[in-house]
Amino acid sequence: MRERQAFQDARRAREFEAFVAGAAGRLLHAATLLTAELPDDNPRARALLTDALAHTYATWDRLRGEDPYDRARQQVAVRFARGAWRRHRGHGGVLERLNPQERLILVLRMYEGVAEEQTAALLALPTERVQVICARAMARVLHPPRGPAPPRALSGTAPS
Amino acid sequence: MSQYERREVAVRRLLEGVPPSVPPELCEEALRRGGRRLRRRRAVRGLLWLALFAAVVAFSVWASVAQPWVEPPAETTPPLTRW
Repeated sequence: MRERQAFQDARRAREFEAFVAGAAGRLLHAATLLTAELPDDNPRARALLTDALAHTYATWDRLRGEDPYDRARQQVAVRFARGAWRRHRGHGGVLERLNPQERLILVLRMYEGVAEEQTAALLALPTERVQVICARAMARVLHPPRGPAPPRALSGTAPS
Repeated sequence: MSQYERREVAVRRLLEGVPPSVPPELCEEALRRGGRRLRRRRAVRGLLWLALFAAVVAFSVWASVAQPWVEPPAETTPPLTRW
């Protein structure tokens, strides 16, 4: 019994390590975009990803055919949305001027290529709302307003 | 290519940027924390099974002693002895 469990633990760890070796780069990039940090200085993004991956590992035996990448990405998004991560301002990076919700939706839709409906379901928002926020975030990224970054971007303001 | 698609391509290119390098300790840390969570969950499940088992044993002992399915002797009617 104990031997079987040890064998199972070793197999799970091996599978997980292989998964992380392949997926961590992309996931860390997404997390770094979310926390609006610089690629070479991203402690928040690392902490966020470590937390999400720890959860993915703990539920590895219950994946039942689901893609672990989807699970890990979902964990990153959910933890970012609900956690203290959103209270922190950006520290650089291309999405510094966006607010956390805009960053989250833009990264899920444009970087990860998650469908609008799935994004809406994940964040418990109506699809139209996701569409509007995504469009606003895109406009803000492509045509940044002049001047220094605002202390906290207001979500209600329309892009000029 | 429509204007929207062009904008989408531009945003995607902007997001791709420079990928950060993954520190080697990230996987170790996730394994360590995830493993701890897993063991804790396993321990809680073990305790719950133990509690269930104890409850079943306690009930069986009580039932075999009290035998609640046996009709209790009547107390209101006097026993019929002679007629």
